[in-house]
Amino acid sequence: MNESIPERHGDVAPGDELRPADVPAAIRGYLIGLALATLLTCVSFYIARSTIVWQPSIPIALSVLALAQMGVHLVFFLHITSGPDSVNNVMALAFGLLIVILLVFGSLWIMLHLNHNLMPMERLMQMQR
Amino acid sequence: MSAATDAYPGGVAGGGLARGGGLAAALTEEPEHGASKRIVVAYGFWIFLISDIILFSALFATYAVLTDATDGGPSGRDLFELPTVALETACLLLSTVFCGFAGIAAQVRRSAMYYVSMAATFILGATFVVIELHEFKTMIDAGAGPGRSGFLSAFFALIGCHGLHVTAGLLWLLTMMAQVYAKGFRDDIRRRLLCFALFWHTLDIIWVALFSLVYLVGVAPR
Repeated sequence: MNESIPERHGDVAPGDELRPADVPAAIRGYLIGLALATLLTCVSFYIARSTIVWQPSIPIALSVLALAQMGVHLVFFLHITSGPDSVNNVMALAFGLLIVILLVFGSLWIMLHLNHNLMPMERLMQMQR
Repeated sequence: MSAATDAYPGGVAGGGLARGGGLAAALTEEPEHGASKRIVVAYGFWIFLISDIILFSALFATYAVLTDATDGGPSGRDLFELPTVALETACLLLSTVFCGFAGIAAQVRRSAMYYVSMAATFILGATFVVIELHEFKTMIDAGAGPGRSGFLSAFFALIGCHGLHVTAGLLWLLTMMAQVYAKGFRDDIRRRLLCFALFWHTLDIIWVALFSLVYLVGVAPR
């Protein structure tokens, strides 16, 4: 790796080479990721069926937990981090997220408005008779 | 080199391509400056994976729009079995961790650790596909196939697309085991393995969105 940065702890990019001495630390990284992902998954499955949470908030809680778990996967498994060799990966991801958000929320927004403005199907059928 | 090059001493991934004479340097194994070829390959494959995520987001938007279009047929609440989904999630999460171990083993050239980790990744991934196919078969036998309603068409397209990706990943996984067996831990083979690991981890990220927002939100009380 870069001689100017002799010590690296976690600030790696996809493709960074591993030294044999780093293997236990690398394995520990994946195990920490597994523990965090398992915890978030269990909370999601628990909350989906629980009655202790205010019911209308459950979809939003599940979305937030899913986002958190995706972050865990990105950092601990894919190594998309703040390391110097990861800058372009993060920029590409940010652009991808912009497109994803436009696509999903844009579709939902437009389709809900169309649904709202259109006549219900039964009344449309009655008018055609 | 120019002053512009000196302004970025760490070198960003792919940056070598933009600099003067950088293409030749990026194509050699050890360029004198900028990112290593491994970093550049991982960056290029990451761009492909993001386009794949955008493909999934289009299917996901379709599903989100059509969730309530059940045409009087069964909804997610009637169809989704949470224990099955939990088992699928566990399989894919463990397989992604074993895939990470295989990547570590390949980087330090430990054959036994590599083959055991890849085999575990394959078995867990194949279990996921088998469970998913069984889930699909149960639904279709119950009259809830993709032709029943708009909701079910979107559901089968979205979950089926992910299942196809996992199946393709399993074939790639076997290819990578065979390539390491035949050619050893060569640099080009290990770069392919790096791309495979990124692909496999990304599939698990997509599954996180699917189990949370399709299955769990689908059965959550409203």
